Amino acid sequence: MTDNTSPADAAAKKPPQQTPLHRLHVEMGGKMVDFAGWHMPVQYPAGIMAEHRQCRERAALFDVSHMGQVELRGSATAHQLEALVPADLQSLPQGKARYTFFTNATGGIMDDLIVTNAGDHFYVVVNASMRYQDIPHLRDNLPDVEVTERHDLALIAVQGPKAVDVVSRHCPDVVPLTFMQSLQTRLLGSDCRISRLGYTGEDGFEIAIPADAAESITRTLLEDELCDVAGLGARDSLRLESGLCLYGNDIDQTTSPVEASLLWAIQKRRRAEGGYPGADVISEQINQGATRKLVGIQPSGKVPARNGVEVQDATGAVIGKITSGGFGPTVGAPVAMGYVASSHCEAGTDVMLVIRGKTHVATVTALPFITQNYKR
Amino acid sequence: MNAPNDLKYTQSHEWVRLNDDGSVTVGITDHAQEQLGDLVFVETPEIDSEVESEDAVAVVESVKAASDIYAPLGGSITDANGALADEPELVNNDPYNAGWLYKMTPANGTDVEQLMDSDDYESYVTSQG
Repeated sequence: MTDNTSPADAAAKKPPQQTPLHRLHVEMGGKMVDFAGWHMPVQYPAGIMAEHRQCRERAALFDVSHMGQVELRGSATAHQLEALVPADLQSLPQGKARYTFFTNATGGIMDDLIVTNAGDHFYVVVNASMRYQDIPHLRDNLPDVEVTERHDLALIAVQGPKAVDVVSRHCPDVVPLTFMQSLQTRLLGSDCRISRLGYTGEDGFEIAIPADAAESITRTLLEDELCDVAGLGARDSLRLESGLCLYGNDIDQTTSPVEASLLWAIQKRRRAEGGYPGADVISEQINQGATRKLVGIQPSGKVPARNGVEVQDATGAVIGKITSGGFGPTVGAPVAMGYVASSHCEAGTDVMLVIRGKTHVATVTALPFITQNYKR
Repeated sequence: MNAPNDLKYTQSHEWVRLNDDGSVTVGITDHAQEQLGDLVFVETPEIDSEVESEDAVAVVESVKAASDIYAPLGGSITDANGALADEPELVNNDPYNAGWLYKMTPANGTDVEQLMDSDDYESYVTSQG
């Protein structure tokens, strides 16, 4: 028995770091793995299937403290940050979050991130594996902006249709929030930032809390019978069913936002004005179309199609590659995402997948695979 | 640890049961299924195929990853557990009985004696941390 596709980040040379919830993960029986340089729970004794369903049906709590939390302060932060990302940040109201990505000169994606207008500063969350790239990138390119990494904060996500019940029991302020709204408030005696967003396709919250209060707050939230802990394995199957990109798999330095079907994240003014790295390349793709597109792919059988599987057309010609794939516990079948030639990107197109030398039939499918359940 | 003492074991966490007719039945250990987590697909070997010891002959897939299953001995595959096509979770729920993977006829009947017994396997797993 050997893993063909180990989730552990083999590139991480240093001993893995521990989040403020590490002791609690071990106590709860988390199966700890090295992920992007962090010692993180991939699952707990309940298992990925049960943890996934817990999130779709009730509420699941995830430790996402490995992600980088950054504060940007300066008089023209929105304007300056727009030089690095294609989102319209100048129109972003206070208390609102927006998904965006750092682009490179060739229109590729350096990382994806969430930017929140926190009033007197901008609050940014970047991927764990990319914080060592992103934070210098911000410091080097935003000369008049003070960049502060908040090592003193933990980040937990409470996700699922009952997440609002679990969190509002201790903080009624969250009830009126809608999807992508964020506020600074108090939770169980600590200052915190609560944002109504996540990475599962469900309603829910990401909650930034002081590291030294993280364990006690987490224990209290988990006392709620509606809420159970879940690991990175369920987080991955949940985001895949929801059609959400994983940086390093579905998007990277070589994939453009147009190819990745992320054009919705480049608002009208930025499309017209440009002014971010690679804007010329991206603008041309917007006008001319991209040669390949990121799509959902639904295998017709039971064999999961994983990252790296070749996609062929009916004649056996290679037209693309799977970038994320596995089993979708809610769908009850394998689900995948990948790039295919634009000629084959229409939903309903039949394609072939080559898995361990055998050809399997699959269909290009609209994303997401499940109905997203956001509080609008 | 749940490792029955009437079975033989490999370092790659397969178990081997010597049947009365000289054939062997192969599966993965309770420790292995626990490490893998919920299985969602099992690809069993083709019946009548000839395999060498340590060939990758089957694949078990969990939600997260695919893992190869190796032949503990050289020989020919004589049967595969068809029930796993619809119920891969049998491997999780009953790894030593209903969750068996395949049967084979060893090329050399004495090879099975070279494999670990349950005590050796338990020590091996413990030493692997």
